Order: sequence, then structure tokens, then C-alpha cells
Amino acid sequence: MYKGQSGMWSWLFHRVSGLAILLFLLIHIVDISMLGFGPVVYNNSIVLFDQWIVRLLSLALIAAILFHAFNGIRIILIDFWPKAVKYQKVLFAIAMVVTIALFIPAAYFVMGPVLSWFINVPTTASVGH
Amino acid sequence: MSRISTGFGPRPAGGGFETFSWYFFRISGVVLIFLVIIHLIVMHVTTDVRCTTYMFVSMRYSNPFWRLFDWLLLTLALTHGMNGLRLVIDDYVRSASARIWLQSAIGVLLLVFFMLGTITLVTFQPVPAAQQGVQCVAPPTK
Repeated sequence: MYKGQSGMWSWLFHRVSGLAILLFLLIHIVDISMLGFGPVVYNNSIVLFDQWIVRLLSLALIAAILFHAFNGIRIILIDFWPKAVKYQKVLFAIAMVVTIALFIPAAYFVMGPVLSWFINVPTTASVGH
Repeated sequence: MSRISTGFGPRPAGGGFETFSWYFFRISGVVLIFLVIIHLIVMHVTTDVRCTTYMFVSMRYSNPFWRLFDWLLLTLALTHGMNGLRLVIDDYVRSASARIWLQSAIGVLLLVFFMLGTITLVTFQPVPAAQQGVQCVAPPTK
């Protein structure tokens, strides 16, 4: 482990995000296996994913996935295009920017359904004043 | 040259499993980016999770393309992730016997979850519309 620079953080985040995604994958294979118990059991099981706290966890998972994906592209670029090493800091910054840029619409779509009261704040027009 | 690939760093030479592993991470990673982003769009954007019911799965799985898509996603994500876990254990577990135990456990875990996922995918049977239940488990917002 190398200390202090962006290389250390990208290495550490890549590892931690990867393990977190793997943990979710194992849980996800089990929750999807509820399909085998028929419509009633399965439909009851997916109610879990509609809870706002589980949606928040899903959103954290999406953040981990986006970071892992774009940092992964950065690693591949450095591996196959030796000149990219010179731009590794810029590439890390780009990976972070793309991650955040895609995270914002993801947050809107994942949290939107449970925050509809927040997005559709009653206006004075709708309550008749 | 170290015996064990870290999964990072220079391209390994000389063949063998670690070289395969190094290339496998990169190739499966690129494919997974596309599969996962499409999966997220289907489950969170074009349909919200509260509408990913048995009825929705029946509709998707009437097309064999989506079964194949999901099976590819299952297989690549599980092998990519478990191979990652294998490298993490190689990095942190010093005792040789503990390493062999843990790596065997990873092999068993990989097999069990791969079988569970594959069986779920292959044996899924659409039921008659009347028995499918609700279209969404809560009122959709769009």
C-alpha cells in the first residue's frame, strides 16, 4: 500500500467498493431466488426494496458501482496505454467527475418515488390560495 | 516477479492462472460496465423497483434474451467478484493453511451461489395472468 497520494485512495476505494458490491451480489442472488417460491412470496419480498432506508443503501451501492466502473477504466487505460501513467491524476479526477455526474440522476430516480412529497411540494396554487 | 498477481500493476507475463486472472478482470470488467448499467436502467429508471414484481419478471423472461442477459451478468459478476476476494485473501492472510481453507471456501461459495442463481433463472415459470398478483407493490409515481 502506497501512502498519501491519489493512487492510494483509488486503490483503497477500488478494493472496498469491490468487496461491498460482492456482498450485495450474494444477498441479491438469495433475494432473487424467492422467485422459485411463486408470486406471493416474491412480491412480498420485493417490498423490502421499496423502503426508503433500503433505497438509500441501493443508492450507496450505485455509488460504489459507478466508482468501481470508472476507476476500472482508468486502471485498464494505464495498463494498455503506457503514456496514461503521466496523466494518472487527471484520469482519477475524470473518473470521480463521471461518477458524481451519473450519481446525481441515479439519486433522483432511486429516491424520487419515496420523496415525491418533497419534489411535489404543495404550492399555494394547488391548495387554493 | 511475485507468484501472486495483485490484479493491479504491470501486465503479467509467462502464462498460467495469474496471467489469465489479470486479463479476465479487465475483459469481464469492461463487459460488466455495459451489463450493469443496462440492468440499473431497467430496474430503477424505466421501471421503479416497486414494480419489478413477478408479473414484470414473467414479461421479461418470456423473451429468452433477458434470461441470457441475466445469466451472463450473474456469471461474470460472480466470477469477477470472487476472484477479487481471492486476491484480497492472498494479500492479508499470511498463514498458508488458513489461506488454503479460505480459498477452498471461496470456491465452494462461488459454486453454491452460481448454482442458486442459475437454477432460479432456468426454472422460472410464468404463471397464468390471474395468479401473477399485483403489477406494483406500491402505487407507481409515474
